[in-house]
Amino acid sequence: MLILGIESSCDETGIALYDTALGAGTPAAGLLAHALHSQVRMHQDYGGVVPELASRDHIRRLLPLTRVVLKEAGKTLAEIDAVAYTRGPGLAGALLVGAAAGSALAMALGIPAIGVHHLEGHLLSPLLAADPPAFPFVALLVSGGHTQLMRVEGVGRYELLGETVDDAAGEAFDKSAKLLGLSYPGGPALSKLAQEGQVGRYKLPRPMLGSADLNFSFSGLKTAVLTVVRKDGLEDTAHTQARADLARAVEEAITDVLTAKSISALQQTGLKRLVVAGGVSANHRLRSRLDAAAAKLDARVYYPELALCTDNGAMIAYAGACRLQLQAAAGGFEAGPYRFDIKPRWDLNSTAIGA
Amino acid sequence: MFLLALETSTEYCSCALNLDGEVRESSVLAGQGHSALLLPMVAGLMAQAGLAFGQLDVIAFGAGPGSFTGLRIACGAAQGLAFAHDLPVVPVVTLEALAQDSGADRVLACLDARLGELYLAAYERVADDQLKVVAEPALLKTSGLPVLPGTWTGVGSGFAAHAAALTGQYTLGAIHAEAFPRAAAVARLGAARFARGEFVRAEEAVPLYLRDKVALDVHEQAALRAERRQPAAGGVAV
Ligand SMILES: Nc1ncnc2c1ncn2[C@@H]1O[C@H](COP(=O)(O)OP(=O)(O)OP(=O)(O)O)[C@@H](O)[C@H]1O
Ligand SMILES: [Mg+2]
Repeated sequence: MLILGIESSCDETGIALYDTALGAGTPAAGLLAHALHSQVRMHQDYGGVVPELASRDHIRRLLPLTRVVLKEAGKTLAEIDAVAYTRGPGLAGALLVGAAAGSALAMALGIPAIGVHHLEGHLLSPLLAADPPAFPFVALLVSGGHTQLMRVEGVGRYELLGETVDDAAGEAFDKSAKLLGLSYPGGPALSKLAQEGQVGRYKLPRPMLGSADLNFSFSGLKTAVLTVVRKDGLEDTAHTQARADLARAVEEAITDVLTAKSISALQQTGLKRLVVAGGVSANHRLRSRLDAAAAKLDARVYYPELALCTDNGAMIAYAGACRLQLQAAAGGFEAGPYRFDIKPRWDLNSTAIGA
Repeated sequence: MFLLALETSTEYCSCALNLDGEVRESSVLAGQGHSALLLPMVAGLMAQAGLAFGQLDVIAFGAGPGSFTGLRIACGAAQGLAFAHDLPVVPVVTLEALAQDSGADRVLACLDARLGELYLAAYERVADDQLKVVAEPALLKTSGLPVLPGTWTGVGSGFAAHAAALTGQYTLGAIHAEAFPRAAAVARLGAARFARGEFVRAEEAVPLYLRDKVALDVHEQAALRAERRQPAAGGVAV
């Protein structure tokens, strides 16, 4: 089965082609081509994502990117067996672009259109790495909008172990960065600044670090950062070292909590594989901290390829392919009726098979 | 010539076929439900006509102005349908579709643009399925309406939302404030356009928003914050 994947839930337009036959052994071999257009530069002028501008950009990028991907894969539209698009969660207007174009394309080609859960895409993206993990595993999903720990038995078989009660980890990076006057998106910028920073000067809170559950809380962090910025006048870029030290402290606080809770999750489930996905999984300090902590438990950590950490079409094509294969095994699927009602808010657990 | 038209710029959702001049339309009051309704409606219309998508010659859509999200639903769907079979696309201005449907010869078409503004265009009929633009579609404040002499037929929701300003500025005959842009009109105008060679490729099909300023950039945000902290001298607190 050849699947076209379309991602348009936020500020990246992603398109990919995935071949299930070629991916039967190692999923990565099934990824024929993928292309991405990031709107980060455009939204920088506004200090954050402007939903209306995001939607306007998606509708101009989608087909040109699809042409690029078809050409790169050496495939024609007639060879495609299904279209997978991101149905939610995400920005309504942005989701609608991919959903409308993807569903219409599928209808006109007479093939199925399948609406994919964006987080399922992120969750399965490490399987597209060169050395993928086997099921079951613990997944830490850390992105701009989500921070969750899950037990994953297989595709569509997820159990939520814990999640943030307020801000997401990526949001904590972004908001702290904004307080330091760094440009959007703040995560990569803050972690770059942190490289020059020393530990010790600033001590930031690690909320819920000691709690027995696997939940997170990051909203207190920005308040603490704001207090330091005001007290020491750190908006002034002349305070080079102090700013770097604060950035380092933010990164330390977030990675400490993420690491501790992930290790607890491994201990509580008795599993030996931890999969990390979502934009924040690109963070180097988080990666080395997790690797070291997992090694002590004889566990291993798996990450997506760097290009597949943030939003992309490959993970949507792959997640759609996995779902379609499950449906095919369960007796097949229908091509229509091409309703593309999107779900801007959508709980991943509600998509669990048998839920 | 077989044309399929899509129109979702208002709370109505409609699609239509123009089969060598015979127009069939399917239309419902959709509220926010366009995304769930549009493609099944298209499938129904195609099945009734016994047509496959590969047999179409061209796709037309109501390009705007109108609800931004609505415009993208029709545009995105038009892109997808056209791309599948490498068909050309004809964007049709919603105000022109309103004017077309009125049947009148001199038409002011107006849609409410919210925020105290309106979308307005003026047309004169030159043939059954062809209108000449007298005033280009524009986003206007009620205080900035253009001078347009003569008597006009008024169509569109703008005549309900901005009745006082429009009747004050223009000499109006009949007014159809309840009229909305319909796919049947898009299908008629689209076919005439296509016959004149006015079409684009699927990836060039984009909505006509008219409202281009949708957010403040970081400099404007900073200026606004500064202004709030320090009201201009002589400024009146409201
Ligand atoms: N190197 C990094 N260090 C820290 N954070 C990072 C890094 N790279 C990216 N991020 C953060 O990752 C987030 C973006 O990730 P992603 O694109 O997966 O999220 P999203 O799609 O916006 O949210 P969601 O998937 O939950 O809807 C941003 O908050 C960004 O700051
Ligand atoms: Mg994401």
